[in-house]
Order: sequence, then C-alpha cells, then structure tokens
Amino acid sequence: MNALKKLFGGNTRQFGMIFALVALIVFFQITTEGRTLTPGNVINLFNGNSYILILAIGMVLVIIAGHIDLSVGSVAAFVGVTVALAIRDWGIPWYAGVLLGLLLGALIGAWQGLWTAYVGIPAFIVTLAGMLLFRGFNQFVGKSNTIPVPNDFQYLGSGYLPEVGPSTGYNNLTLLIGLAAVAFVIFSEIRRRRTAKVLGAEVAETWVVVLKLVLVCAAILYATYLFATGRPGTSFPIPGLILAVLVLIYGFVSSKTVVGRHIYAVGGNRHAAELSGVQSKKVNFLVMMNMSILAGLAGMIFVGRSTASGPFDGVGWELDAIAAVFIGGAAVTGGVGTVIGSIIGGLVMAVLNNGLQLLGVGADLTQIIKGLVLLIAVAFDVYNKSQGKRSIIGLMMNNFNRPTGGPGTPLQPDETTSTKETIAREA
Amino acid sequence: MTSQTTHTDPVILEMRSITKEFPGVKALSEVSLRVKAGEIHAICGENGAGKSTLMKVLSGVYPYGSYDGDIVYQTEVQQFKDIRASEHAGIVIIHQELALIPELSIMENIFLGNEPTKRGVINWAEARQRSTELLARVGLREDPDTPIKEIGVGKQQLVEIAKALNKSVKILILDEPTAALNESDSQHLLDLMLGLKAKGITSIIISHKLNEIEQIADSITIIRDGKSIETLDVKADGVDEDRIIKGMVGRALESRFPDHTPKIGEVFFEVKDWSVGHPAIQDRLVCKSSNFFVRRGEIVGFAGLMGAGRTELARSVFGRSYGRFINGHVYKDGKEVVLKNVRQAIDAGLGYVTEDRKSLGLNLLDDIKATTVSANLKKISRNSVVDTAKEFEVAEQYRKALRTKTPSVEEGVAKLSGGNQQKVVLAKWMFTDPDLLILDEPTRGIDVGAKYEIYGIIQQLANQGKGVVVISSELPELLGLSDRIYTIFEGAITGVLNKEEASQESLMKLMTSARKAA
Repeated sequence: MNALKKLFGGNTRQFGMIFALVALIVFFQITTEGRTLTPGNVINLFNGNSYILILAIGMVLVIIAGHIDLSVGSVAAFVGVTVALAIRDWGIPWYAGVLLGLLLGALIGAWQGLWTAYVGIPAFIVTLAGMLLFRGFNQFVGKSNTIPVPNDFQYLGSGYLPEVGPSTGYNNLTLLIGLAAVAFVIFSEIRRRRTAKVLGAEVAETWVVVLKLVLVCAAILYATYLFATGRPGTSFPIPGLILAVLVLIYGFVSSKTVVGRHIYAVGGNRHAAELSGVQSKKVNFLVMMNMSILAGLAGMIFVGRSTASGPFDGVGWELDAIAAVFIGGAAVTGGVGTVIGSIIGGLVMAVLNNGLQLLGVGADLTQIIKGLVLLIAVAFDVYNKSQGKRSIIGLMMNNFNRPTGGPGTPLQPDETTSTKETIAREA
Repeated sequence: MTSQTTHTDPVILEMRSITKEFPGVKALSEVSLRVKAGEIHAICGENGAGKSTLMKVLSGVYPYGSYDGDIVYQTEVQQFKDIRASEHAGIVIIHQELALIPELSIMENIFLGNEPTKRGVINWAEARQRSTELLARVGLREDPDTPIKEIGVGKQQLVEIAKALNKSVKILILDEPTAALNESDSQHLLDLMLGLKAKGITSIIISHKLNEIEQIADSITIIRDGKSIETLDVKADGVDEDRIIKGMVGRALESRFPDHTPKIGEVFFEVKDWSVGHPAIQDRLVCKSSNFFVRRGEIVGFAGLMGAGRTELARSVFGRSYGRFINGHVYKDGKEVVLKNVRQAIDAGLGYVTEDRKSLGLNLLDDIKATTVSANLKKISRNSVVDTAKEFEVAEQYRKALRTKTPSVEEGVAKLSGGNQQKVVLAKWMFTDPDLLILDEPTRGIDVGAKYEIYGIIQQLANQGKGVVVISSELPELLGLSDRIYTIFEGAITGVLNKEEASQESLMKLMTSARKAA
C-alpha cells in the first residue's frame, strides 16, 4: 500500500479514479471472457461516448465556476439540425457547416452567458429555459423530421484515420500518434522534474517516476495496439482524435493560463476573486459561452455518427455529462474539478455501460447500476470530506493537473484560528 | 407589586464566575454579573472583550456544561441546554442581526415557531388579535399582514421585541439594538425600553453608543479581556461617558511594537467629498462626504467602532467594491484618478487587505503559491500562460521574506494558522507592488507573536515610501503603529489626531460622538 501511495502520490495523485477504471476494465474483461478489450469494442466505446466526453470538458469548467448547464443536449440538437439543413438546402460544404455550427453554438452561449453573468439569473434556471427553448427550436427548424447529412460530414462522427505509408499490418497514423503520446508523457515528466529540482521543490524518487512512466506508457501503447489492429478500414476514430485535442487544449487552459486560474478563483470564492481584481462576470460569461460551443460540436459529431439529425438527438446528454464531472471529483459548490478527472469519470460510466451491455444486462438494470455508482462515488467523496480526510476521488482528481496542497490536506479551517476569529467578530 | 420590587431590588439574575474556553482561547474568565429585577443593565466593553459570548452563555447558545460557573435565575441554578430552554424560562435575546424572515408578514414572524394552534391547525384569528395587541404595546402602527421586508430596520427591531413579549419575557437581552438605526428610531427604541422597564421587564443591553447607555441604564457592568472589571450604579456613582471609557480601555499596552523611525514624505494620495450609499437601503449613507489624505512613508490609522463605516470607506475607495457610489474624488500624485472597479484600483497602485480573511480574502481551496500570485497573474505570465516555475519562485521568495511557517508553498492555505494566512494575504498584495496599501483589521484573530511580525512588515512597507492605511478596532494597536489617526463615527470622519496628541481616551471620545475635532 505504501508503495502504491508512493507510486501515485507526489505530484499526481490520480490513484482513486484511475484505479476504479482499471478495476472495472479488468472485471469486465474477465466476465465477458475477453470481449471487452477487443479492437472493435474499444473503438465502439470511443465512438459512442466521445460526444458525452466533449460535453464533460465544457461542463467541468461550468461546474468549477459554480454553475450548471442543463441545456447542452438541446443546444447540441439545435446546432445539429441547423447544420444538417444548411448543408442540404444551401449546399454549403462540410467545413462551412462545421464553422456555422460553432458560430451558432457561440451565439447561443452568449445568450445564456448574458442572462447568467450580467443579469444574474442562476444558470440552473437560464439553462433549464434553454433546454426547452432549443429543443423547441430543433423541432421547429427541422419540422421534427430526420435530416440526413452527406458522407463527408459523416466522417466527422464515424471516420477513422486513413491508411498511409508502407504496409505494416497496422494503421500507421495510429501508431504514430501512440508513439507521440508516449514521447510527450516522458518528455513532460522529465521537464517537470528538472524545473522542480532547479527551484528546490520536492521531487519523487527516481524509481517511482520510472515505474509510473512505464505503467502509463504501457497503457498508451496497449491502447494504440488495439486501435491499430482493428478490422480493416477502422483505426483510431476521428471523434476520439477531436476529443484528445480538446483534452490537451482545455487541460492546458484550465491549469496553466490566467483564464483558467480565474475560473477556479471565481468558483472557489467569488468575493475574494473580485477583490483580487478578477472580473467574475466576464469569467462566468466565457464559461457559459464555451459550454454551448462545445455542445454544438458534440451535436455535429453525433449527427455525423448517426448520419442524420433528428428531433430527439441529445436527450439526456446533460445528465450524462454532469454525472461524468461529479464522478470525476468536481464539487457541487464549485472551485474543484479537473478536465482529465471528468474524462475519467465519463470513461467509468462508458465502460460500465458497455460492459453491462456485453454481459447482456438489460437497460433497466444498467440504469439502476449507473445511478447507484454515481450516488456512491459522490457519497464516498462527501463522507471522506466530512471526516476531515481528503476525499479519495476529489483528492486524486483534484490534483491531477493542478496540485493544491499536500497529501492529506483537510479542507477544514484551522480550529484555533477560526474560534478566535469567531469570538473576535461576535463579541 | 411593581413599587415593592423597585424598593427591595431583588436580584433576578446572577451569573457567578463564568469561565468559557474555546480551544486555545479563554473567552471569559471568572465573569460575574448581577442584574436586579426591573432594571436596565448595560454591558460595556471593547470589541472582543467577551460581551456577546457572555450573553450566549446566558441564553443557552453555549449549553450548560460547556462553561464553568453558575447561572442563578429567580433564586434557582439554571441549566439551559439550548435557546428554547432559556426562552421558556423567560430570557429572550435579540441579536444584532435580526432573526426575521423578510418574505413573511409581521404577524407570521411574531408567531414563528410559537404558532397558536387549535388541533394542530394555526388559529390565525387569535394570532391576528394578539399581534395587534403586541404591536400596540411596542408602539408600532403597521398592519400585521405587512411583509417584514417592506418596513425599515427600526420597525423590524420593534417586531423582534413584540416577538419577545409574546413569549412572556422576563429578561430581554438586546445586542447592539441601535447599531443599524438612525437617530429618531434609536430614540423610539430607547423610550420603549424605558416603557418596558416601567412594566417590570428587566433588560440587558449591549451597546457601543455610550451616550445611549448613560441615558437609560441603571447599572453598568464593564468587561475587558474576558474579565468583569466593575459594576457601576449610574445614579449613585454619577457615571458619565468618560468614566465608562476609562473602565473599558484602562489597561496597560500589552502588545509591543518594533522600533520604527518614520520617514514621511509629501502627500500623494487624497480622497475628497467621498459619499457612498448603503448597497441595499435607499437613503442611508455609509460614508458622508469624507476627506482624508496619505503621505508617502506614512502609516495612517482609522479608528471607529464596528459598523462606523471604516470598511465601507476603504472598500468603496478600492474600486467601488462596496455600496453605491454617490460622489467624491480620488487624487493620486496630484492627478485625479477614477477607479470604477477593483482591476483599475489595483492597476492604479492600490491594495486592500480585507478584515474578513476567510470569506473575502482567501480562496481556501487554493495553495500558498497560487494565492500569492492571484492578484498579479499578469506579472508571472506570458501571453496569458502562467509560468508555474516563476509562480513557485515568487511564492518561495515571500515565504522566506515574511517567514511564513509552512512545510512548502504547495500547502493549502486552509491548513495554515491565522497569522500565517495573513502573511500569505500580505504577500499577495505586496506582490502587486502597491503605492497605497489599505489594511483592514490586519491582526484580527492572530496571536501576539505573529502580530509583532506583521507590525514589522507594515513598518517596512512604509519605509519603502508606500502609504499604509491601517483600520483597527484595537486602539493600542493604532496608537502604537500609526503616525496619524482619523476617527470615524456613523460614516463621517469626526477628527484626526497626530501620534503625539492621540490617546485611547481622546480617540474613544471622537469615535463615539459626532463632535468635530478642533
């Protein structure tokens, strides 16, 4: 246990959720007699969940800032139908369609951001209204019909990396991406250690780092192998590629940029943030707007995958995305959460869904199990916090990208001070 | 009956050597209080002396067993386990923050938690009749169906008293009842208290407004540093305001200050005709055309009682982050600057360290390094990407300079003690390199050792030619630290004293009355 702690402790405490994910995968791999980790199934898993995971990226930022967005499913559907219609009726090329979709998403986001940030209506209400509004718009614009999209647009949601270069028996581009990912992981770890050493900050022991890198790289290479050896014509899916790029961008923005800092600051303590010169209204506006842009993108990917836009696209997506974020360790009160945590939370749900399906468990039982998993994951989190311990899930995920505080940091104010202060204030 | 009680003056309530400890702090130590039946008994003391804690012990907020000593009420030792128990016995406390529900009507509020019922159903007819009587008794001419939010604070205070009367109160405790009231509402309330006294109700009043106490109180118990100092009989002892002040502040300077020779330069920051309205109440001013200036290298103190408008003044100057701006001008280095938001204020070289560290000053989820750079992210980022190596370096530098006690700057701020948290907040503002730093209660909730260090930091900042404004409720602190002290009373600046002419008595006088200094 101590070795494990060392392995996952230090700068990246990602133990809890990753452990749950790995355990889940192993469990299903055994119970489905090897049908879980087959190229076809893994590709399916990514294809069928990428749009939820994309929503989770936007949703975690919204939740970190202390809001919620219930409208994402409807926004996705509205953008999807508009783009499908524009391509069919106006004959615009697929890339113009994508651009139009993102623009429409931005516009919708600006609308919701305006009400939330500047008028001061709780996002819950604004987006509840949005959920009705944009569902209505979807069915009004599309006349509740199914509108097909052309092949080149479908590529966005169901395409694969093409075969290029010499025939190796694997998909070359997938291999290349896998190797690049491994190189990136190793390189960034080395760089982080070097800067930490120069600054005199704590660094983990060498064997810990090496073992960790070996495990992470092995996982990446195994996934690469699965994606590269699928049925001819399949490889790493395009939605997965889009997702990966978004995770990198948003992971970076949330942890390394001024805007990212401001989002955490506003969610953590809005008053303190404002008194430090953070323009909280602007932050809230941006976060809401960003969510709708990503919802638009998710909607388009879904339309591409299902080859047509329909009146009931995206129903219930908001709940899947929100569940992913909370399983991934975000706090309902804001200020806590990570992009990568939410992705892992989303993957836990996805693997659960997929594994139960493979086992032939009915939709009814699957829902019951998923509901319980969400409840137990968050309850565990809350229980640990109330015990003064760091929450396992929150702790692991919280610090994935953004180390805050040492291990075992209780989020409780110092007892002596708080009492003294209370007295000083009240007496 | 009434005349008999006033003749014999039996003691209705006696608190015997009450000691109340919190982890690490002794809030009350052997405090005694004797209240005679039918009198108005005032409790006086500085902020933090232990007045409210004592009343919380009495009213059962801190239940029997959590304190040492005895409460003898109507000749019996009482063991109140909660507020309900003390209210049942006839002791009702009205807190500074009124416990009324704004959306409910006057009548519903009066009977909240105490509804007259007939077989489990509320009997509104009886409630209406009784509330009409009660409102008449407190002299409030309002329809019982009026929602609370539609009447002013003064009338709300009366509703609270009506609510207490409904519980057949014997001892009524009022904690700073007039703090939020204007003059005529205050007078009405004081008259009402005298009226209740004539009807045989005993009152205990906590107030900072010494003139009011002098006007209505029969006896005064003075509490200082958690100890009861003396009990004065107003008529017999011929007590006046000066006598009360002497009792309240009459202590030797406990905290020491690092040696400091001020190097004071020219005036560089000036605020003129500064008026600010209350954020919620339409016609109330929290700052009344205030004027003040700060010289380079000068430490300027602001003295005033809680609620006098010190914080309001500071925060409204700091980018209008409080209240409704009405009018006023800010000049920096001779030029007028308009600071419409906090960002502009910070960019113009202002810094403000809040009095409420936990809810306004810190994001308790953050670590030390992120907090240190949070008000000046620009300086450590390129193309809006934060340089985390630089962040660490900066935080480390301030940790060493301010001697913050922490295993690492990656520690969460929630884990630090009050003094170290305050150092992190100071580091955060020092990193913005302000010309004028406003410190609101910089040593609140901090132990003596850390106080000394923080005084040293403040003096260093002044030595660097910055202007420092210190707002504090602790007069010894202001006297020890400041080169010049302004006094504020009810939103207006009532005087300014140089270090040499200031004393606790002279400050207290200016802080408690509208008298203009010569």
